[in-house]
Amino acid sequence: MFDFSVVTNWIHAQLTAVMPVGLAVFLECVVIGICLLLMYVVVAIIMIYMERKVCAAFQCRLGPNRVGPAGTVQVICDVFKMLTKEIIIIRHADKFLYNLAPYIVIIASVLAFSCIPINKGMEILDFNVGVLFLIAASSIGVVGILLAGWSSNNKYSLIGAMRSGAQMISYELSIGLSILTIVVLTDTMQFSEIVERQADGWFIFKGHIPALIAFIIYLIAGNAEVNRGPFDLPEAESELTAGYHTEYSGMHFGLFYVAEFVNLFIISAIAATIFLGGWMPLHIPGLDGFNTVMDYIPGFVWFFGKAFFVVLLLMWIKWTFPRLRIDQILTLEWKYLVPIGLVNLLLMVVVVVFKLHF
Amino acid sequence: MSNYIKGLFHGLGTLLTGMKVTGKEFFTKKVTEKYPENRATLKMFDRYCGELVMPHDENGNNKCIGCGLCSMACPNGTIRITTENVTDPETGRPKRRLVKYEYDLGSCMFCHLCVNACPHDAIEFSTNFEHAVFTREKLVKTLNKQ
Repeated sequence: MFDFSVVTNWIHAQLTAVMPVGLAVFLECVVIGICLLLMYVVVAIIMIYMERKVCAAFQCRLGPNRVGPAGTVQVICDVFKMLTKEIIIIRHADKFLYNLAPYIVIIASVLAFSCIPINKGMEILDFNVGVLFLIAASSIGVVGILLAGWSSNNKYSLIGAMRSGAQMISYELSIGLSILTIVVLTDTMQFSEIVERQADGWFIFKGHIPALIAFIIYLIAGNAEVNRGPFDLPEAESELTAGYHTEYSGMHFGLFYVAEFVNLFIISAIAATIFLGGWMPLHIPGLDGFNTVMDYIPGFVWFFGKAFFVVLLLMWIKWTFPRLRIDQILTLEWKYLVPIGLVNLLLMVVVVVFKLHF
Repeated sequence: MSNYIKGLFHGLGTLLTGMKVTGKEFFTKKVTEKYPENRATLKMFDRYCGELVMPHDENGNNKCIGCGLCSMACPNGTIRITTENVTDPETGRPKRRLVKYEYDLGSCMFCHLCVNACPHDAIEFSTNFEHAVFTREKLVKTLNKQ
């Protein structure tokens, strides 16, 4: 298994040889920030293209196929179109908050994005309460959405933002509970440690029944958390035009749009990390030949493969089910997911205490 | 309590049924036609009304008797028929014969009423749909060959 920290340590040694440590660390931070933002954009472009293709396939169409081979350049053209469009400021909007809102959403998304371990030794933010930090950072986004709805001075935006507030804050709970189930199993909150513990089998196999239930709850709650799929109430097109980003145009709208897709990727990547082993290859205890063959596939390939597999699952859900009403959404959360999640947590504690896991 | 659990599993079952349907759809052949690229293999469906044609047999004869029913049935006055009277050599009686069958594609609305009105099935709609020309005059077509 290739350890990426060899590369980073080498760069650090080269830099400290020619300059003081403070400057070297500063330079490394700048370079990592640029790499992070670049990867963010690339993931967003891949996600938008994948969304359009997968949506088309579920509706028996081909999707974009005119611009570039199989429509691959289409999304890049859309990005440039979005960049050149005018940003319109609404006359009676609260100008400061109106301009601030998309950046809060995107900052929350980038912070959560930087927590994800991509390869062995290739994690940007990695410390002993990583899971807690991820949940905290990703829930900043709801502030941005509420601000966007409130400052737009538009009743549809406000209704969309209020719905989204109710929905996202409720579903945080289920996400927290299902992640906590796995934390009980691993007794660590550090993402790199969580991945290391799955070397002899992914948690969805090691934790069997409670892990599987937690995985399903996580997928449902994660879908609701990113305002997609059957839970896209905040931007119900038929009722609220576009919900909280109705009044936004140009790149401000683009930021909301990109953040939505990358949030979907983050949810999938976290699901892949804590349930499906992250960058850890598929290891079956006892089959050593098989395990060494699997080790030759690099970690980031495993990671992106698993993450995009979960993305495909979520898109499948999105393009299958009709939208829920607001009362149905809250019923699903408070009467089904939370009680089941609590019972599941208890079940996992029992499994761990009596060593019933693999 | 039993209703709650029963409802939960019933709900899960119906959701899985829905996902099965869309999952099948994901792998079926797509209906999109990549039009300009697939011109050679493109097959329109049989009932498509592209343009009016008059089929001729191998001797160049058509079935039109020049009765004018199609032109009367047309709501837009698209069809103009010129006929002449000739004497039938067998019976010696005067008989109407078609001279010119003019069809203006530009004012046709593809309603299919002319084909329904024809007592001898002399005209029909073809599935050709590439009609673009540079002047309106080129849209007026003479359908009979003799």
